[in-house]
Amino acid sequence: MNHDYQKDISGCGLTGLISRKRRRIGGADIVKSLCLMTDRGNGLGAGYAAYGIYPEFKDFYAFHIMFDEPSVRWTLEEYLKNNYHIEKIEEIPTSPVKAIPIAPLLVRYFVTPLKDKMAGDIQEADFVVNTVMKVNSEIEGAYIFSSGKNMGAFKGVGNPRDIAEFFRIEEYEGWTWTAHTRFPTNTPGWWGGAHPFTLLDWSIVHNGEISSYGINKRYLEMFGYKLTLLTDTEVAAYMLDLLIRRQGLDIPSACLVLAAPFWKKIDSLPEGEREALTALRQTYGSALLNGPFSILFGHSKGLVGINDRIKLRPLVAATKDDVTYMASEESAIRAICPAPDKVWAPRAGDPVIVNLED
Amino acid sequence: MLEINAGGMYYRDLNQKIRDAVNSGEKDITVRNVNGQYYIGDGLRGKSTITVEGVPGNDLAAFMDGPTLVIRANAQDNISNTMNTGKVVIHGNAGDVLGYGMRGGKLHILGDVGYRVGIHMKGVKKQAPTIIVGGTAGDFFGEYMAGGVLILLGLNNDGRPIVGDYLGTGMHGGVIYVRGEVDKNNCGAEVGILDVDDEDVKVLKESLTEYCKDMGLSLDEVMKKGFKKLIPVSLRPYGNLYAY
Repeated sequence: MNHDYQKDISGCGLTGLISRKRRRIGGADIVKSLCLMTDRGNGLGAGYAAYGIYPEFKDFYAFHIMFDEPSVRWTLEEYLKNNYHIEKIEEIPTSPVKAIPIAPLLVRYFVTPLKDKMAGDIQEADFVVNTVMKVNSEIEGAYIFSSGKNMGAFKGVGNPRDIAEFFRIEEYEGWTWTAHTRFPTNTPGWWGGAHPFTLLDWSIVHNGEISSYGINKRYLEMFGYKLTLLTDTEVAAYMLDLLIRRQGLDIPSACLVLAAPFWKKIDSLPEGEREALTALRQTYGSALLNGPFSILFGHSKGLVGINDRIKLRPLVAATKDDVTYMASEESAIRAICPAPDKVWAPRAGDPVIVNLED
Repeated sequence: MLEINAGGMYYRDLNQKIRDAVNSGEKDITVRNVNGQYYIGDGLRGKSTITVEGVPGNDLAAFMDGPTLVIRANAQDNISNTMNTGKVVIHGNAGDVLGYGMRGGKLHILGDVGYRVGIHMKGVKKQAPTIIVGGTAGDFFGEYMAGGVLILLGLNNDGRPIVGDYLGTGMHGGVIYVRGEVDKNNCGAEVGILDVDDEDVKVLKESLTEYCKDMGLSLDEVMKKGFKKLIPVSLRPYGNLYAY
């Protein structure tokens, strides 16, 4: 890998948009928005996630899998065939891009778990999570980097424009999009380490660094999650799965766990609220994300933007008609929405929660 | 008068054009269709006035020494970092970490600002940098402030708090004026809250006369409401922080 690059000082950049009315928006917009912030990254990772892109296979889990070596594919498919009905297998469509001479083999599988493989009362989603954890930790050189329904992540090592061209992002249409340009600081710039990070329908793009990674990782491991992608953001995706899907917290409560108010603020609140927040912090102390972050997380029902409790990373939001935009920079929103109805900077730790209409 | 169309132009090319124009003696430059180009006005010297139409990118006016930048839109983060002299006027909102380590000159903002505005602002020799914010500010306003003047007006704040928490935390020089009441619980331990005296009113009027002219506001209206003055009053309030 070439580390002899020259770069201005920068940080990661993220952007996302959602049409509340489930209007499917072509990928060109999110690409244009992200490309405005190309210089926030350094070409060592970019990626996109979109919801609503596979209507013809919407009832199947869409596994996007990267293989370091083509031979690993057969090991993986052997395992998959034993546990899933496979509706369709295809290589993820890509275009040759000069700046991306080497890429892993990228294949997608539309699958549904075989009923007789789900022992006891195991939920389908748990079965899929177990598969992702098993493959990513036990089948060397195979990574499931996307596993939701009617959604997908596309990511790799390259700058935002090159990755978009490589994955032909502009050919997809989705009602929710997130995107990320990476400037890896503490961990390697590799294909699996690019954002978004996903599990089931959860997808995360993140600017910052999660200083509490060790605590979060050990906590997640107690619930069977395996952290294999060599970077901090992975914990946020699994934490949301744990808090919201498995433990039943609603999204505002989950946000209060990830970016919990300081005790100073909790102590100043009226009794009921104080007790509720105290209980959340006491129960989920190990799920608190410490350190600087701004995060967008997409899911099957909406999009959420949140940053850390003292606003150590930027986040700007805007609305125009049925679309909400969130990005690291206002100009990245204006690149695709020159005259928003409203533009604002969310306060520290105060989530922007957008839900899709039914 | 020179016009530059910045639409779709890479920031390095745009800034080279602006720099070349300033170096060739152009005093009045308008840059149209700006969106997100970084580093506009950085390190620029001279007395030119540069009007920016559109939202400029981060790190505007860093190390600037002389020119006037007028932004006819919102602006982003890290404006006037270590700026020495000159002026930046923003006819909209601005982001986080404005005036970091600012040594002199003026930063006038019509709307709201984000977090850590005036952090480490200092001034040097006889220079006193001044930041005036027309709207509200987030947490850490004037954090580690060492010199200069911060004025926060809270005009049209629709009942939102005028300023966030950790106001003036670590402050050891300079002065913060807030138009309205300040909650001691939101201030750093070393911050004293005082009523303004005649000398303060003189300072405020002088600074705000120019600000109101830039923004098209009425000085009388702005001065109608009382100000509080925040200065550092205690020495080494954190002396025992790590000592037990």
